[in-house]
Formats: sequence, C-alpha cells, structure tokens
Amino acid sequence: MLERWKIPLLLSPALLLIAGLFLGGLFLGLIGSLGYMPLLGREELNLDAYRNILFSTGFYQSFLLTFYISLMSTIIASALAIGAALILRRHFIGRSVINFLFQLNLTVPHLVGAVGILYLFSQSGFFARLAFEFRLISGPSDFPAMIYDPLAIGIILQYVWKEVPFIGMILLANMQTFGHDYEAVSRTLGANRWQSFRFVLLPLLSPGLLAAALIVFAFTFGAYEIPALLGQSYPAALPVLAYQSFTDVDLNARPEALAMAMIIALLSAVMIFGYARLARRYMRS
Amino acid sequence: MLMQTNRHTENSRDGLSGPVWFSLILLVSWLVLPLIPLAIWSVSRSWYFPDIIPSAFSLRAWNYVFSNTSDVLPALGVTTLIALCATLLSVIIGLPAGRALGLYQFRGKALVELLILAPTIVPGIAVALGLHVVFLSLGLAGSYLGVLIVHLIPTLPYMVLVMAGVFANYNPDTEAQARSLGASAIQTFFYVTLPAILPGLLIGSLFTFLVSWSQYILTLLIGGGRVVTLPLLLFNFASAGRNDITGAISMIYILPGVVLLLLGARHLTGRSRAVESLRQI
Repeated sequence: MLERWKIPLLLSPALLLIAGLFLGGLFLGLIGSLGYMPLLGREELNLDAYRNILFSTGFYQSFLLTFYISLMSTIIASALAIGAALILRRHFIGRSVINFLFQLNLTVPHLVGAVGILYLFSQSGFFARLAFEFRLISGPSDFPAMIYDPLAIGIILQYVWKEVPFIGMILLANMQTFGHDYEAVSRTLGANRWQSFRFVLLPLLSPGLLAAALIVFAFTFGAYEIPALLGQSYPAALPVLAYQSFTDVDLNARPEALAMAMIIALLSAVMIFGYARLARRYMRS
Repeated sequence: MLMQTNRHTENSRDGLSGPVWFSLILLVSWLVLPLIPLAIWSVSRSWYFPDIIPSAFSLRAWNYVFSNTSDVLPALGVTTLIALCATLLSVIIGLPAGRALGLYQFRGKALVELLILAPTIVPGIAVALGLHVVFLSLGLAGSYLGVLIVHLIPTLPYMVLVMAGVFANYNPDTEAQARSLGASAIQTFFYVTLPAILPGLLIGSLFTFLVSWSQYILTLLIGGGRVVTLPLLLFNFASAGRNDITGAISMIYILPGVVLLLLGARHLTGRSRAVESLRQI
C-alpha cells in the first residue's frame, strides 16, 4: 500500500507548484488575453485583443523582426558551434585552457553580454574607435549602426556570442558518446574527410543539434532584456512590445499584451513538442 | 587502408594546423571580448571617443559601488538572499521529485517529464504576465516573497531535472540494507542517501543559485521596480550611460558564475543534460 503511494507522494509537491505557477500563469494569461478582467468588471470572453493585434502593422513588424532575430541567431550559432566542436574534440596543446575560455560565458548572464556588445559595437564603441584610429571613418556617425539598428545586428551578435558555447558543449558531449569509430570506418571505406563529416558525423549529431537549436530559438524569441537594451524602439522585438503594452497606462492594452504573451508561449510549445520528440528518438537510438 | 587509418589518428592526436589555430583563437577571443570593455570601464575615469584606452584611470566606480549611499550593496544582498532561498526551496521540493523520476518507471512519466521540462523552455514573460494579476490581488506583487515565488518557475524544474539525473545513477539497495540493520528513515537519509547524492546535489544547487541570480524579466514584472536586484540595477546604469559603474556592477555580477565554472568545469564537460539546463542563465 505504501509503495503504491510513494511515487505520487514524492512527485506531488513539485508538480503542484509547477502546475500552479506555470500552467496557472499560462491559463490566467489566456483568459486575460480573451478580455477577462474581473478587477475591471469585465467578465465576458472575446477575441478583440487577438483581432486588434492581428490587424495592426506594428505587431506584424515586431513578430517578423523577432522571428528573423531568432532564426539568424540560431543558424549562425549552430554553424559556428559545429565548427568549434569539431576542433575542440581533437587533442592539442593548450586544449584545457581553450576549453575553459570556450565555456567561460556559459555562466555569464545574458544582460552582461548585451552591455559588453553595446560597448564594443556602438558608434562610439571600441570598434568604432579602432576604425577611427586606422582612418577608416572620420567620426562616430560614419561607423555602421549595429545597435538600435533595423537589422538588429547587435542583438544577433549577442545571442550568437552566448549560444555558440551552449550548442558547442552539447555537440561535444554527443561526439564523446559516439567516439571516432563510425567515422574511422567510413574513412577506411574510402570516404574523404568532408564525406565522412557530411554523411556519418552530421546525421549522428543532428538530433542533439536540432534539440539545442529548438531551445535556443524558443529562448531568443521570448527574451526581453537583450532587445530592450540593444534594439531599436520601433518596431521593437515582440517581448519588448508585450511588456510595453502591459505597462501602458491604458488598461485596454493589457489583453493585447497577454495575447502577445500567448503567441510567444504557443511558439515555444511547438519547440517543446519538437524537442520532446527528438529526445525520445535520441533515447531509443 | 592502413595508411588511411593512420592519417586519421594523426589528425586527431597531433596539433592543429595554422588556419585551424587561427580560427580557434579568433572564436575564443570573440567569446571573451565583450567582457573586456566592462572590466576596463570599471577602472576608467575618462574614456572618450576616439581613445582606444582610457585617458585616465580611477577607482571612482568601485568606491561608489562600495559606498554607503549606493544601491549596489543592498541589491547584491537582495539578489543573494532571493537566490539562496529559491535554491533551498528547490532542493526541498525538487529532491523527492527528482528521486521519483530518476529511480522509478511509472504510468504517465513522459507527461510528468514534459510538465517539468516545459517551464525551462517557455519564456518567463509568457507566464509572468498572466500571474501578475493574481500576485497583485494576493499582495505579492512588489514584494520579496512574490519575486522569490516566481523565481521558482525556472529554478524548481531545473533542480528536479538535475536530481533525476543524479538518482538515475544511484542504487537504492543500500538504503534497504541500512533499514534492515535498524536505521530509521531519517538516519538512512542522512547517513546513506545524502552522502551518495551530495556531489550532484551541490553542483545542482550552485547552478540553481545561478539560475535565480540571472533572472531579469520575472523580477522586473513581479517586483514592479520595488524589488531591486543586481541585473535591474545593471540595466538602469547601462541605459543611463554610466559606463564606469555599469562595468563595476558587471564584474560583481559575473563573479559567482566564473567561480562556479572554475569549481565545476569538469562536471560540465561531457554531460549534455547539465549543459542543456544552463539555457536558463
């Protein structure tokens, strides 16, 4: 009898808390986005907030900008991480030092990286000064805008900076579990280095790589502080727009803020679904 | 055939070629580079365009940070306290759940794992905006307790996942042996279970601390500006253009993470689960 209740007893405190806070927060966000605001005396549900944002160009611009930032950051970070992992798995002198430096920013909070990028790439930043020193520009305004810019270069640089070690470490861990044997076999069968990478190693790595990329995409799509610090004010990234609407003095903007939060949640739900499927396939193999 | 194999071993054993070294150094410098202007700013007095290095150095920013009138030390205290409490609560609540997930197979396990994984991937802003109204009516918005509770959304699932990994490599038979020799449940926990899981628990706790330490939007939304943690202060000084103080706060803010990496770097390498969970920092 005791055995039967053991697992639910062990699980229930954590599950109740996570369900209450996480699912509760999502549920409250959902009904709030449908116009349910009992504090303001509104108890009927409607789709006005979704209709409003889906008919506003501001929302589309923000959505597309955020999607573009997430996609670019994920692709560039993944490509660099593959390259880095391929080098770091080899044995060479100074490997442990390089490995440490490679991991250094894993524990550095995003915000610190964002400020660092700001001081490097702003028009009076380090690289602008370097360009001035070498007579490439004649003043700060000649330096290409990479902060508060429409292409969000600073934001993408920050995400790439932060995510390359993250994806790279996951790939390295995967490579360690596969070992060199499969590639060695393909090489003895006559594959060149590129073929051995493309047709042997990459397919082996792809579930882990995709899982990591999905996490990165979901994170970059919902992160607030980096675009808030490095991004232009219009169009702003979606989380920034949601926060602005939420703190707007006009309380009618709140359901719209919650509707944007739901769209962010929906997109990350798609990512989680993909991640869970990949994880299961990965476990089996 | 033999020659090919040899060449392969050479590639993996011996040093790197010139271009490979070059790109590796380039990448690693890029990863370290953003931290350097922050460190220099923290000891600069004046550093105007187009100076490559500051024209005057001073400890002004550091004096300000450690002075009685600055907000930095109180913020440091608040951030530390919230992170410690969030870690402790996550251990107490998350350890049993981690044990259940690591040791047992049961119906609905995949669903439970999904529920615990989800908060580590869904962005905090999507959850916290909805919670805000309830926290407001409960009087938790703008309070330390409210911020602590909302920090559990990322920290608790993280701890459960870490402990599930620890318990997956744990043999519970020794507990039964201790019990059969007359040890009480509490004695068994402290003398048998705890020593076995302690290394994993410690590393997990340190990283959980860091997860809470790094939160920005949850603190901003639920704290409503009244609970001022280090990242909020950092953001404010950065947007106000006080680069020297921003640099000094950044140096304090990254310290626990760097120390942790020095302590636990070898625990990270080769463990994809541990790294995956780092996403929240």
